[in-house]
Amino acid sequence: MGGNHYLPLTDEDRREMLKVIGVDSIDDLFSDIPAEVRLKRDLDLPPAMSELEAVKHLNSLAAKNKHLNSCTSFMGAGVYDHFIPSVIKHITGRSEFYTSYTPYQPEISQGILQAIFEYQTMICQLTGMDVANASMYDGGTAVAEGAVMGCGATRRSKALVSKSVSPFYRAVLKNYFNSRGLELEEIPIKEGFTDFSKLEEMIDDQVASVILQQPNFFGLVEDLDGVADLVHNHKAALVMSVDPLSLPVLKAPADYGADIVVGEGQALGVPPSFGGPLLGIMAARSKFVRQLPGRIAGETVDSEGNRGFVLTLQTREQHIRREKASSNICSNEALVALAAAVYMASMGPQGMREVAEQCAQKAAYAFEKITALDGFEAAFKGHNFKEFAVKVPGKPEDLNQKLLQKDILGGVDIAPFYPELEQTMLFAVTEKRTREEIDTLVRELEGWK
Amino acid sequence: MRKAKALLFEMGRPGRQGYSLPSNDVPEKSLEELLPKKMLRQEPLELPELSEVEVIRHYTELSTRNFGVDTGFYPLGSCTMKYNPKVNEDVAALPGFALMHPCQPEETVQGALELYYNMEQHLKELTGMDRFTMQPSAGAHGELTGLMVIQAYHRNRGDHDRNKVLIPVTAHGTNPATVTMAGYEVIQIPADERGNVDLEALKEVVDETTSALMLTNPSTLGLFEEEIVEMAKVVHDAGALLYYDGANLNAIMGYARPGDMGFDVVHLNIHKTLSTPHGGGGPGSGPVGVKERLIPYLPVPLVDKKEDRFYFDYDLPDSIGKVQSFYGNFGVVVKAYNYVCMMGGAGLKQVSTDAVLNSNYLASLLQKTYFIPYDRIRKHEFVVSAKPEKKKGAGAGDIAKALLDRGFHPPTVYFPLIVDEALMTEPNDTESKETLDDYARAMEEIARDIEEDAEKVAAGPYHTVVGRLDEVRAARSPVLRWQKE
Repeated sequence: MGGNHYLPLTDEDRREMLKVIGVDSIDDLFSDIPAEVRLKRDLDLPPAMSELEAVKHLNSLAAKNKHLNSCTSFMGAGVYDHFIPSVIKHITGRSEFYTSYTPYQPEISQGILQAIFEYQTMICQLTGMDVANASMYDGGTAVAEGAVMGCGATRRSKALVSKSVSPFYRAVLKNYFNSRGLELEEIPIKEGFTDFSKLEEMIDDQVASVILQQPNFFGLVEDLDGVADLVHNHKAALVMSVDPLSLPVLKAPADYGADIVVGEGQALGVPPSFGGPLLGIMAARSKFVRQLPGRIAGETVDSEGNRGFVLTLQTREQHIRREKASSNICSNEALVALAAAVYMASMGPQGMREVAEQCAQKAAYAFEKITALDGFEAAFKGHNFKEFAVKVPGKPEDLNQKLLQKDILGGVDIAPFYPELEQTMLFAVTEKRTREEIDTLVRELEGWK
Repeated sequence: MRKAKALLFEMGRPGRQGYSLPSNDVPEKSLEELLPKKMLRQEPLELPELSEVEVIRHYTELSTRNFGVDTGFYPLGSCTMKYNPKVNEDVAALPGFALMHPCQPEETVQGALELYYNMEQHLKELTGMDRFTMQPSAGAHGELTGLMVIQAYHRNRGDHDRNKVLIPVTAHGTNPATVTMAGYEVIQIPADERGNVDLEALKEVVDETTSALMLTNPSTLGLFEEEIVEMAKVVHDAGALLYYDGANLNAIMGYARPGDMGFDVVHLNIHKTLSTPHGGGGPGSGPVGVKERLIPYLPVPLVDKKEDRFYFDYDLPDSIGKVQSFYGNFGVVVKAYNYVCMMGGAGLKQVSTDAVLNSNYLASLLQKTYFIPYDRIRKHEFVVSAKPEKKKGAGAGDIAKALLDRGFHPPTVYFPLIVDEALMTEPNDTESKETLDDYARAMEEIARDIEEDAEKVAAGPYHTVVGRLDEVRAARSPVLRWQKE
């Protein structure tokens, strides 16, 4: 029956074991459950499937979905269709990695510990920060925890977040702040960019964290020179959310003066999986290390003086500090961080730069072609990285329907998040898109409405 | 032979390449044409430069320095390190699941929504709850979501004075940490001499400032809270809610349901109970289930069905909002769904039967050599106290290292806190009797070794790729990344 082959005990084993325990029946093992709460019927679940039947069933469900292999995707908004080298699945598919737990016993967990240490290093190299943790759940929770971390470090309880930060992240942030009784205000945007004159008015000595995103939700590269000085003059922390795959070409957050760097790491060789599992990036300047949430791998030596790795600074963490911990995070996204590490190791500085350059060039090409069409215009004036917002002549939903008939996943409609931006779509163009695919999109858009 | 493994950064050569990309086929523009210079990276990116073979050999060697469930017995208490069925990995990797963008139009994700919908029905039946969200990415994330829901419930009723959450002394560290994250104060409840939550102590502290009691049942001692019905009444009579930490659900599937015990909110660790792998620390998934009166506060969106069409329901005006950018760790839920499909109701009950049988059996074997406090029928785990061994010179941590030398992953050490020198042991449903017998023999050997030469045991392990690592040094002078010399 079904998955009973995962249960090795035979009936004879069970009888022998009951004898050793000294009870007569299985029921005796559950006699501590009060009768009034015992389930007196069978669980009403569908009959168990064999492996073959289950695979068929799951295949039939998967077949009802469109996906990035069956469509040409121009969707982004934080999750992107980037090239994923084959090596990644072969490494994350090694079961010594994926069937292990959090490395509490370092002597038999050197593999994942060293991989995390290397991942932390590469995140630092990308961002220019001093330390990184082993991962957060996703970009949204990383932003929220980064902002909370700023509050912990400054002992203040208010944060300012730009409205150009992803609405998906702000939704999570708002919730975390609301629950904890922290105060959150949104910095308005002006023509697609954070309105820094408003930030100047809003910031005061009560503010713990200022949260910005680069490139911002609209794909625009913000001019952040001088922002850190403003933030630091008020002794607040600058929290920057970044796309790690933009960093081979864009100015590193450290060079803007960021204190805490967060972001969504899915672009680093991770399949989109309908929005999870993703990869929350978390890095900071060393003075914030004691406030960092989550696991951190550190170097040490063994009894013979050999280099080795352990989970360290655990006095920040829930299993040691309990209610005084910097966060409640326990399980993270270690295997996804491993995937990102393999991605960075495989692509190297040259490959990552090539990917980022192709994104920028292909996005610029698509932007030029689309905004040249009648009725389509750039929503904002500025410099984009791999994503751009376009005002379209009709309902984005209808446009996407039309595109879908040609197996194109069109842009993300941003009006639900910015009601003032009606009929505006966000198109992402990665290195995977070919000129032909972009031209096809443009042809389909041409003459619409 | 013990030897440190070279880091990625100590390998490779400048100019070496481990990737292939198509060439750019749009008209080339230099970066400087596209972006102002001041927005461009100032220092060239420093990353290792490796060939594909080097990358593969590096990580393959690292994998051989790692212990997983596929390597051997992994009785890590409260972590439910059961076998992770291979077929689950296959189905989750189907392009129709793994390659879906979260912003795709609803009609292009009907299969995914159907899976979420079906899974919700299954989890409701398994737990006796009325609705589930799959959004939390892990158990602790589920706890936070659950407390947020409870908080929204009280606030919405105008009940603003409930600023405390009660937690038994045996609770996982995530519970008190979550309470703080949700802006609450922790009140700790002691255990009685049978290992249950001390009901009298509970009665004394529960009042109109209590928001909730968070409870793991069975507890981390592996003991079922025998007075759960009375506890639920005490909590509810005070207007507070009851939160179920599902870390230990593997003990009672098909036997009892948190919903029937009076719990208002439940989180499950499907990476424990429902067989999905832990990935060296994650990703997990922590669905949260609630009773009817708390449904309005669940995160958006919920998944619903109208006629034959599945859709996201964002129409929850009192919802707490979102706890993850999208809809949770979908890829993990796919694996768990496949597991539930293959186990069925009777199969899941058998899972709990065997988990509890294995636990009681192994406890019976170990009891001959070791002290196991709270002598009663256990559920899926039990806690050995190595206090007597510690007095001889080798405690729980040392026994753990001695187990490494014998090819076993040790139990959870030094937890729960109320047992001295604790070894929290969870032999789950996917282990054979022979494995348990081998483990018991290894533990007996270790006890003998401690009798003979405790100092030697305390200096282990001896057969691992590295010797005992200096954790104090790692924390005292942290080296958290590689630096160029």
